[in-house]
Amino acid sequence: MTMTMTVNGSPVSLPHDARVSLLDLVREHLHLPGTKKGCNQGACGACTVLVDGERILSCLALAVQFEGRSVTTIEGVGTPGALHPLQAAFIEHDGFQCGYCTPGQICSAIGMAQEIRRGVPSHVTADLAAPDIAPTRDELRERMSGNLCRCGTHNGIIDAIAEIVSADVLLPEPAQ
Amino acid sequence: MSIAKDAKDLAKGMLQGLMGKAVAMAPDSWIPGGEPDPLIRVRHGHVGKPVSRIDGPLKVAGAAPFAAEFPMEGMVYAALVYSTIAKGRILAINVAQAEAAPGVRAVMTYRNAPRIARPPVFMSDQKAAGGDDLPVMQEDFVRWNGEPVAVVLADTQEQADHATTLVAVSYELETPMTDFASAKDAGTRTAVFMGQALHQEIGDAEKALAAAAFRVDSHYSTPRHSHNAIELHAVTAAWIGGVLRLHDASQLVAHTAWSLGQMFGIPEDKVVVTSPFVGGGFGGKCLWQHQVLASMAAKLVGRPVRMVLSREGVYRIVGGRALTEQRVALAADAEGKLKAVVHTGTTAKTASNMMAEPFIVATRSMYESETFKLDVQVVELDMLANTFMRAPGEAVGTFALECAMDELAEALDIDPVELRIRNEPEMDPTSGLPFSSRNVVEAWRTGAERFGWSRRSAVPGTVRDGEWLVGMGCATGTYPYYRMPGGAARITLNAEGRASIDIAAHEMGMGTATAQTQVAAERLGLPMGAVSFHYGDSTLPGVVLAGGSQQTASIGASVIAAHRALVKELLAMAGNDSPLAGLKPDEVASRDGGLCRIDDPARHETYVSILSRAGKGSISAEGEAPMPLETQHWSMHSHAAMFCEARVNSVTGEVRIARFLGSFDCGRILNPKTAASQLRGGIIMGLGLALMEETQFDERNGRIVNASLSEYHVPVHMDVPDIDLIWTDIADPHTPMGARGIGEIGITGTAAAVANAVYNATGKRIRDLPITLDKLL
Amino acid sequence: MRPFRYSRAVDVADAVRLAGSPGARYLGGGTNLVDLMRETIEQPDALVDVTAMPGEIEETPEGGLLIGAAVRNTALAEHPAVRTRYPVLSRAIVAGASAQIRNMATLGGNLLQRTRCAYFYDNHGSRCNKRQPGQGCDALEGFHRNHAILGASAACIAVHPSDMAVALAALDAVVHLQGRNGSVRSLPVTDLHRLPGERPDVDTLLEPGELITAIELPPLPATLRSTYRKVRDRSSYAFALVSVAAVLDIADGEIRDVRIALGGVAHKPWRATRAESVLRGGSGTAAAFAAAADAELAEARPLPGNAFKIELARRTIVAVLRELAGDSA
Repeated sequence: MTMTMTVNGSPVSLPHDARVSLLDLVREHLHLPGTKKGCNQGACGACTVLVDGERILSCLALAVQFEGRSVTTIEGVGTPGALHPLQAAFIEHDGFQCGYCTPGQICSAIGMAQEIRRGVPSHVTADLAAPDIAPTRDELRERMSGNLCRCGTHNGIIDAIAEIVSADVLLPEPAQ
Repeated sequence: MSIAKDAKDLAKGMLQGLMGKAVAMAPDSWIPGGEPDPLIRVRHGHVGKPVSRIDGPLKVAGAAPFAAEFPMEGMVYAALVYSTIAKGRILAINVAQAEAAPGVRAVMTYRNAPRIARPPVFMSDQKAAGGDDLPVMQEDFVRWNGEPVAVVLADTQEQADHATTLVAVSYELETPMTDFASAKDAGTRTAVFMGQALHQEIGDAEKALAAAAFRVDSHYSTPRHSHNAIELHAVTAAWIGGVLRLHDASQLVAHTAWSLGQMFGIPEDKVVVTSPFVGGGFGGKCLWQHQVLASMAAKLVGRPVRMVLSREGVYRIVGGRALTEQRVALAADAEGKLKAVVHTGTTAKTASNMMAEPFIVATRSMYESETFKLDVQVVELDMLANTFMRAPGEAVGTFALECAMDELAEALDIDPVELRIRNEPEMDPTSGLPFSSRNVVEAWRTGAERFGWSRRSAVPGTVRDGEWLVGMGCATGTYPYYRMPGGAARITLNAEGRASIDIAAHEMGMGTATAQTQVAAERLGLPMGAVSFHYGDSTLPGVVLAGGSQQTASIGASVIAAHRALVKELLAMAGNDSPLAGLKPDEVASRDGGLCRIDDPARHETYVSILSRAGKGSISAEGEAPMPLETQHWSMHSHAAMFCEARVNSVTGEVRIARFLGSFDCGRILNPKTAASQLRGGIIMGLGLALMEETQFDERNGRIVNASLSEYHVPVHMDVPDIDLIWTDIADPHTPMGARGIGEIGITGTAAAVANAVYNATGKRIRDLPITLDKLL
Repeated sequence: MRPFRYSRAVDVADAVRLAGSPGARYLGGGTNLVDLMRETIEQPDALVDVTAMPGEIEETPEGGLLIGAAVRNTALAEHPAVRTRYPVLSRAIVAGASAQIRNMATLGGNLLQRTRCAYFYDNHGSRCNKRQPGQGCDALEGFHRNHAILGASAACIAVHPSDMAVALAALDAVVHLQGRNGSVRSLPVTDLHRLPGERPDVDTLLEPGELITAIELPPLPATLRSTYRKVRDRSSYAFALVSVAAVLDIADGEIRDVRIALGGVAHKPWRATRAESVLRGGSGTAAAFAAAADAELAEARPLPGNAFKIELARRTIVAVLRELAGDSA
């Protein structure tokens, strides 16, 4: 029996070569190049995807570890013709220049919104015991710091995320 | 060899210099930009609107294809083996085990690589693109630590990567020169940059310095830097019917096509380079060994080859900014008027390139002074060739100059903003040329007001917020207007009244496609939706470098030329039955999807009508931009007044930027939304330059030590405050659209503004970048 | 990356059995091991995935916590008991890496991550005794700004990169282990890692095939206050130059209990026992804190590039203790 996982709602066979990272699986085997390779060593965040709703770095993940899990890549978040509200906000606030780190920033932000709602503290959370965490700009900045942007579009990215997070509407679940 | 290169360059420069004198003296009307671009007058059209990026939906959905994302039938994956010595002979290179590894198709070394010519090094020819002119895998000799010595080609990336570890190389080490101090001891020489010796003296600056009532005289140093675009350098290469096709990440597709043609001995039209999206460039996405090796490998195995450099690989084979050691000495009278400006120092390059980091270039035009002494000395090291990185020269040169201005302001007890305004020149202080447009004083005044500069305490170390010491600093940023020769464009109008603009330009995130669509729509009198802008393909017209912040001007001038040709042909096509009959190109303007008489807009005919009457499906015209003589006729520069509020932790020395304002005078802003991102982007890279960036070069063996994004720090979100921007939006009457390029100016002045703010916070003057916490303990 | 066999363990016994061969390694979140394998610094021929091992965060009868080794860093940092009773641990975890990495990394894997010394990472071009004993150390006379000032040897000056482990050291955490033959033992976390000495290639005192199964946190009296402060070159997503985890019980100006651990200064999380003994039972004044820091750092042996760490550590220790002492100081 072939082992499978789900990528953007579709069942996918796990690779035979255990060396294949989740990143290379989606890019090279599934031809979903929206997830980007910026360092392949866990230092830039461009390869961020959602696994069962949690953001992880697909470059450090061996695909074989994800049997039975549900992976969402940027292609599963929204398409050019049917954008996720956060993708639309990135365009409106010019939250990118070259666009290479962008899919990772967007997937990361979706995962981050869940973490804030769940009450996961961050390095800048003043009161660890507080049940609710206000999504201040510094909270967003700290929590997004695992996603590098070299074009220097940090302000636009935080603007876009702040608009969605503070809109007080839950982010819709990514399309499956 | 490199002295010969300099000599050739200097001879060319001398010729340019002679021509330059004639151009300077010529009447304005003979010069491109002598007549202002009519678009400058249009204030309520497409240009100047904050239009969202037209490629935005593709980019946010991950649907924009980058260089490594073009699958090809039968493609193999490449991985590189890098040398581990800086100089020496390859004694043995054993590839048997690698060749036998699963999935491996071939291992290429100097022994079986296709024979090709050396790369034409950048600036040696108009279309030369090479980062250096060293042979690419042709010899058993290694010239820098990290030079590729083998390429493994395999069915999967995993197989190729693994097989590289099975290649065994042994070397006979020669003694390399990798130590900057030793190289200086062995002797420096005057650097040459773009045909000019980086040396200029006006009056006797040292004498004026010695005699002045007030003076500062300090040494500054800046380390090596790496561009670190987040997209890894990648290329997909295939030979298809005698044509070399490259999907590249490139800021110079036409240069690359020509240069590869030269190397492989084929005409440039047999090399097709496409690069529709580039994941950041900053000077780093030019021609390095990977494109050449992938092309050679594709030839060797007879299959398409994809080569994606590892992050370490980018550090090993793509050059960065060189280190500098600078002296700035300034002398002034009691009123703060400069009597002497001395800006000298030393940088490093290789014998194989023509790029000496020209850190004095900004100083040539910044301030009025009675005397100048400007000089760049250079040494040559056995290292990976250094190259252009965002604002080469200005980024690090303004750090030294503008820190020195801050030091002088303190010595004089004059406000640093005021000191700069007092030294505002009437004309270019070293060339004597008139400025095309210079409003830096306005930028200073409006910036100071908005930033609340008057609240700054002039006494360092006096403002405290808990553990944090707080200070404000400022600095001037500047970057020239460039336009390089070779620009050309084609405009095609079809029977539905839609236009396409074709030009071999680039989109690396600057917003080129968006802003140029706005401009073209305005020029043609069309809605934006009726214009498509095609770029990133070497088969399109034009030789357009996305560098030197010149692409906007180059495209602008090219499209103006193509538009002129198009209007001429349209008028001819319109004939005598048209309301336009009898009009000359100079008498018509574009509006509402057609042409009209300038002073009688009712005399109008649409493109659709003209084409339809002529029974034509489309009309196409190509134009070549004139030689960029304007840059020798006027002194053309953008400026910025940079303001920084820094917080320095009194316990740990950590520096955090609390506020930053850039107040710009950079011509007309074509699209405020994308422009703001570009300007902020420069400033943020400047914050990195100021606080954390350094490519660590081990001088014992010439190896880059921190070859990763975890060890080479670039700013993260948490390092970046909200950055405020304002601009004068004053059109430069002598540039296309009234615009000057804005890709680089943001990084200039920023590091000095930070250093000056840190000084104001702490009383500690850090003249050695980056300003890490250990320097503030 | 060398080819390897992959298997997934369903429980501890399964894991230990699967990892019976000499070339096998346990795989947690992969955030360090996969990277090291890609760099060919680690070349296991078999990986035993232990992320499916059971083990949550449970209260112990003594009033402490027992944490399964496969618990992800985020899950630990966000757990209400950790946030309220062991804030130093929550703080240390969220000071480390990035959110994505913390979502992947396991407790056991975090403890066993290897140094980030750039010469260690440069497998082909630099000398490193940790990778290859006897080869030499290029950091000694090279770039060593990030390197150790305490407990280093002539063979190795690398530092341990974990933030979490520093907090665990200050909390007197205990590591539960299971060996190949089914034997079970436990170690104070401060004894898990070793100093480099002549064998910098050996990071820990684990036996071959031994698996970290859980970490136990002893109860912490409610009167104790704890925190973690990390000093680094950028404000997030960077390894510590110096970090301080401290636990302090102070009443009426007298220090009843204190535990201090330092990160970024040694080959292991550095428990500052000298400083603690200076402080214990004494007064919680700034001068006492400074004297304690000096006592600890008297043994520091810096190199030209990292001498600043002594002053930085001294200042950070004092600032952290002053913060914890609050009005009592």
